[in-house]
Amino acid sequence: VPEVLDRKLLFVTGKGGVGKSTAAAALALLAAQRGKKTLVVEIDAKGNLADFFEAGPTNYTPREIQPNLWAMSMDTEASLQEYLRLQMRLPAIARIGPLARAFEFVATAAPGVREILTVGKPVWEVREGNYDLVVVDAPATGHIVGQLAAPQAINELVHVGLIRQQTGWLIEILGDTRITGLVIVTTPEEMPVNETIELAARVEDETDVTLAGIIVNRVLPELFGRQEEEVFEELRQPAAVGALNSAAGGPAEPVLEAARLAVTMRRTRAGHIERLRTSVDASIPLLYVPYLFVRAHGFRTTRQVAEALSAELGY
Amino acid sequence: MAPKRRKDDDRATSLEHLLAAKEIAIVCGSGGVGKTTTAAAAAAMAAASLGGKVLVVTVDPARRLANALGLEGFGNVEKPVPAEAFKEAGVEPRGELWAAMLDTKESWDALVNMHAPDRATAQRILENPLYQNVSGRFVQSHDYIAMERLYEIHTSGDYDLIVVDTPPTRNAIDFLEAPERMADFFSSRFLRWLTAPARSRVINFATRPFYQVADRILGTQFLQDISEFFLNFQTMYDGFVERARAVDRLLHDRRSTFIVVSTLEDVPVREAEFFIDALAERKFHLGALVLNKVLPGYFLDPGATRVAQRLCADGPEVAHHVEELTTNPPQVPAVLREIGESFLNFQVVAKREQEQRAELAHVPDVVASVPYFETDIYDLGGLLNLGRQIWGEK
Repeated sequence: VPEVLDRKLLFVTGKGGVGKSTAAAALALLAAQRGKKTLVVEIDAKGNLADFFEAGPTNYTPREIQPNLWAMSMDTEASLQEYLRLQMRLPAIARIGPLARAFEFVATAAPGVREILTVGKPVWEVREGNYDLVVVDAPATGHIVGQLAAPQAINELVHVGLIRQQTGWLIEILGDTRITGLVIVTTPEEMPVNETIELAARVEDETDVTLAGIIVNRVLPELFGRQEEEVFEELRQPAAVGALNSAAGGPAEPVLEAARLAVTMRRTRAGHIERLRTSVDASIPLLYVPYLFVRAHGFRTTRQVAEALSAELGY
Repeated sequence: MAPKRRKDDDRATSLEHLLAAKEIAIVCGSGGVGKTTTAAAAAAMAAASLGGKVLVVTVDPARRLANALGLEGFGNVEKPVPAEAFKEAGVEPRGELWAAMLDTKESWDALVNMHAPDRATAQRILENPLYQNVSGRFVQSHDYIAMERLYEIHTSGDYDLIVVDTPPTRNAIDFLEAPERMADFFSSRFLRWLTAPARSRVINFATRPFYQVADRILGTQFLQDISEFFLNFQTMYDGFVERARAVDRLLHDRRSTFIVVSTLEDVPVREAEFFIDALAERKFHLGALVLNKVLPGYFLDPGATRVAQRLCADGPEVAHHVEELTTNPPQVPAVLREIGESFLNFQVVAKREQEQRAELAHVPDVVASVPYFETDIYDLGGLLNLGRQIWGEK
């Protein structure tokens, strides 16, 4: 399996709320910091990619937001326009007026057309060699398979026409392990881990894309070693709590209870990490990002996650 | 007079009162906030304490949830949760709890069979190669079918309360507009244009540019496949449009309410806020806000904070007073420091959550907070424990 950042095209997905966009932003930032000319593409129309870089809104035209790092947001209509101009060589007259509405309709009626435009743009950037690495902040786990499988689906449904000609190189690049990889972001919780395991299997069965790695986000620190934990249990006995209250000059119970909560949460989560490790192919790297006890969101967090990933990748 | 505590203000009315007065509760929010569990917990509480026949409809539940409900698994057809599951949880339910899962493909098939003018047309549609793609990947097909199933179940009159867990969508409001969008789609001029050649074999002036572009992109054969498919599909037009409007009316009915679920993390909160505004704008009834995975209030306690700070700063000094109560005195200073640091670490998160909570501008009358799930929920007892947190019981 090639190293995550040695590929040229990374799709980053994950269940809602696990920090998918932060991870995508951090991977892109790390690559840029390491001297790769990097493009990060936001696919969901949430428009908050910029928040992860404190960089102001992004649009369809890539913009350099950090040294070596360009950012853009997907816009299927703009993608269609560009596609018609560059690939279909359609005259400008055909691209105005009711075409946008007609496209909306065809995209709704013909499965895969919208997806192929969305996936097609980043793949095209890779094909043209415009960047060393393209990182796609892809849709959540529920939608990613449909998107990555779209070129194949189109291939099966459409037998002639220009779209059909395009799917060839799309499939080739998406299926090349040295070039393209999927990164699944998860947290060590039950549902995200379940979805990650299911998605890993589906991606293998239903798409040409290979899994490049799994980022396990928000891993809680181990509070105590074994001996320390025994001491902790002794400190929770009523006599010790009383002594602590007077020695510390305040209520020690909530502080002890908080530590117990942290230990329990850590233990539950360790079980989910173990389940994940044994359920996916051993060759798939798991990259651990610690839980960040920070106030900030935004670029500060992106940098911290990038640092954690850098350490995990042995840089 | 002592000032009324904030907690009581939050529960001016309770989820119990809300669900006692409604027939449909739609649970929504962004992914990963515990929507499915919240829906199941609310339904279980309603069955246990309000009585009647309560159904929870979920989308793609964890196997664990099925197990928690005492079911081997459940599908499109509703199944009763066995009474033993309640007995094991030590609860004598007043009513019945039923569960169903949304199977998109199966629901679409049922819809086609219902709306197609005859068996042969239904068969042609079901066998069309495009159909599987359309039913499975149609834009917002999950959203539409969820609302459609809800309508069907509600009109069956089998249940006193239906709690619906909504599908994860890219955009939280998509499913609200799904019925309308579906009606628009079937009545759109483009669909008529697309199917026109198959009917009349005449491409008129207005449709020619569209066909020229579409033909170059997709090829004639594919266009014909599409038009044949939609020509068949269009036979269901009236049924579909009428149905989509009925679904929309039902969602707006006073017997329906929406429960927004969120955590106090940045992104889910912003989505919850957006969703609350969207509901108001569309004149849907916002019944409750459930805040999940909230850190316990003691993290904000000033006295506890001082203790934690003391443990970090003077661990060895404090240790001196307690180490004889342990079997391993040399470890005590390090343990105390860890405890103090951990508290202060989580306090940062708790403060951030408190701020997010304060920033939620428009909130419904019912706001319930659920403390952090320390462990996963494995049985109905666990669901009911969670349910009690949001129900309004002490």
